[in-house]
Amino acid sequence: MQEQGHNKMTPVSALRTCRVETDLLIIGGGTAGCFAALTFCKHSKGSVLIAEKADIRRSGCLAAGVNALNAYIAPGKAPQSYVDYARADAEGIVRGDLLLTMSEGLNEAAAELERLGLVILKDAGGGYAMRGERNVKINGENIKPLLAEAVRRHPQIRVLNHVNVTDLTLRDGAVRGAAAIDVRQPVFYEIAARAVLCATGGASGLYRPNNPGFSRHKMWYPPFNTGAGYAMGIRAGAEMTSLEMRFVALRCKGTIAPTGTLAQGVGARQVNARGEVYEGRYGLSTSQRLLGTVTENAEGRGPCCLRTAGITKGQSDDLLRAYLNMAPSQTLRWVESGRTPDVADVPIEGTEPYIVGGHTAAGYWVSTARETTLPGLYAAGDAAGGCPQKYVTGACVEGAIAARAAARALAETAGQQGGAETAPPAQSALAEAEGFLRRGQSGEQTDALEEEMQSVMDEYAGGIGQGYQCHAEGLAEADGKIRALEARAGGLGAADMQGLTWIYELRDRLTLCRSLIAHLAARRETRWPGFVRRADYPAKDDAFLLYVNSRMQGGEVSILHRPLVGEAETYEH
Amino acid sequence: MSIEVDRAACTGCGRCADICPGSLLALDESGAAFIARPERCWGCASCVKECAAQAIALYLGEDIGGLGGRLTVRRDGPLLHWAVRLAGGETKVITVDGRDANRY
Repeated sequence: MQEQGHNKMTPVSALRTCRVETDLLIIGGGTAGCFAALTFCKHSKGSVLIAEKADIRRSGCLAAGVNALNAYIAPGKAPQSYVDYARADAEGIVRGDLLLTMSEGLNEAAAELERLGLVILKDAGGGYAMRGERNVKINGENIKPLLAEAVRRHPQIRVLNHVNVTDLTLRDGAVRGAAAIDVRQPVFYEIAARAVLCATGGASGLYRPNNPGFSRHKMWYPPFNTGAGYAMGIRAGAEMTSLEMRFVALRCKGTIAPTGTLAQGVGARQVNARGEVYEGRYGLSTSQRLLGTVTENAEGRGPCCLRTAGITKGQSDDLLRAYLNMAPSQTLRWVESGRTPDVADVPIEGTEPYIVGGHTAAGYWVSTARETTLPGLYAAGDAAGGCPQKYVTGACVEGAIAARAAARALAETAGQQGGAETAPPAQSALAEAEGFLRRGQSGEQTDALEEEMQSVMDEYAGGIGQGYQCHAEGLAEADGKIRALEARAGGLGAADMQGLTWIYELRDRLTLCRSLIAHLAARRETRWPGFVRRADYPAKDDAFLLYVNSRMQGGEVSILHRPLVGEAETYEH
Repeated sequence: MSIEVDRAACTGCGRCADICPGSLLALDESGAAFIARPERCWGCASCVKECAAQAIALYLGEDIGGLGGRLTVRRDGPLLHWAVRLAGGETKVITVDGRDANRY
């Protein structure tokens, strides 16, 4: 069941409180969240509530679609092969136990997506056609509508679209629900739940973007994924891991469209302005492919391109169609410029850094059942750390693992008092929201503070403008400036629910920036030079073959170093 | 990167306002869709695909080299007929069959 509202912008001063109870609350109805909801219902008769900031039919990073399932175990390969690949790609800073439990479920997740209606390319034998060793080709334009339709049909699942969770609510140290606001109606939600899954996605918008003008939101990751999931956990004292393993994507210049389809699909090589193929000089890991382009540009051999000129007209036409299924702006660029990929190479660039646990190891520190360190709270997909290269299928598997664990936990506590009677109070969250509204519209100040935050992060915490480099003194400067911005953000005002939502987005990004800066400062080495370089520690140092984890306590971020979970070992809380 | 609404073609159904992942579209007092903050658009084209009246078009901002082309789409069963109307008036159509997987 889904609930729809009208989108009318009305001045608001007070909020009506709506209390909702559920067995499992899923924060975020993206890929991981929807898949988790469907899995939970296979293992429990309990109720599920998905709270989604937008509409689950087109929310999360797959809103525009996707062209491949990038995590799949090819016939003849073992799940361990994927673990080995991801471990090497991340220079060792991964949780092998999390990667293995994910890898073991990848192919079943792909099969389940196909059962839901996803079109997957087959080979002559009827198996999935592989793109390389780990990818299968799909038509994923409608992947979110397919997941949303399966959710809609399920009687155990209720969806609250356009409801933005702002804070977790705890009782005796355990997560027992959440506070939320409707992004369009003047309604405050007090949600009581017996278990909570954080599946909000990761964070964009912390750093100054590639195109800071009118097209500032033309970025790789959705500008609407604000790191809220991390931030609500950080504020509640959850342990986070590897935030310093930022992700920087290699993208088509301007449109910030994917490059993998060009590199893997038609074999386009990276070439510099002199026409030299440079990619072999830097290595082919995710970080190294990016490092090559950044270095060629920095040393004056840019602009860099993917060499597509010379492919056939048929290939070019296929690419135009392929991009319509995931990044239509690139097809629009090719058509309106007349510089289709068969006649012109495609310029490429690195994006601003993102925090995204589906690509790198950043996120909540979790057990193999995807329990966070806060009892009652699970994490999956881009929100969960330690397990990079999840992509679509890996996010599904993590959602499924968390859902099964939640179902088991709820069965064990069946009959115990739950629901509204034990709902922890959310009055402080309500008071905060109404405080922002009482102050009324504060002009463009929210936007201005966001721009200042992005500027600080760019200049002092290793953004594009600094070639992704940072150092201890700059990071200390960044921390002071972000703290000052946090104080100023507390005095912002909003006239309507959308303005209020944007204040919370800024607040969450600032919270995450604080933790990110602490992580960047703590890893005194350069392990992934494409993603972040410490100018004061430019070499890899194996003394840092460990996890940099953190917890916020009393408003201060404290860093913990944890030893690596070894091959064939398992970590549990 | 953003979208524009053809107010004359808009039927006021509100589906674009529901589907936008950034909740950026709303209906104005006359019942037509509008985007108050076009610079906040991601360019995902969800609203373009949701609009049965083809009243919403995607365009590239001039700051990223946009040349004025407008991208709309018409759904016909499993087929998506994408149309790029160039600044000079010419229209180019690319049809994608939803039953076909990407081959690249």
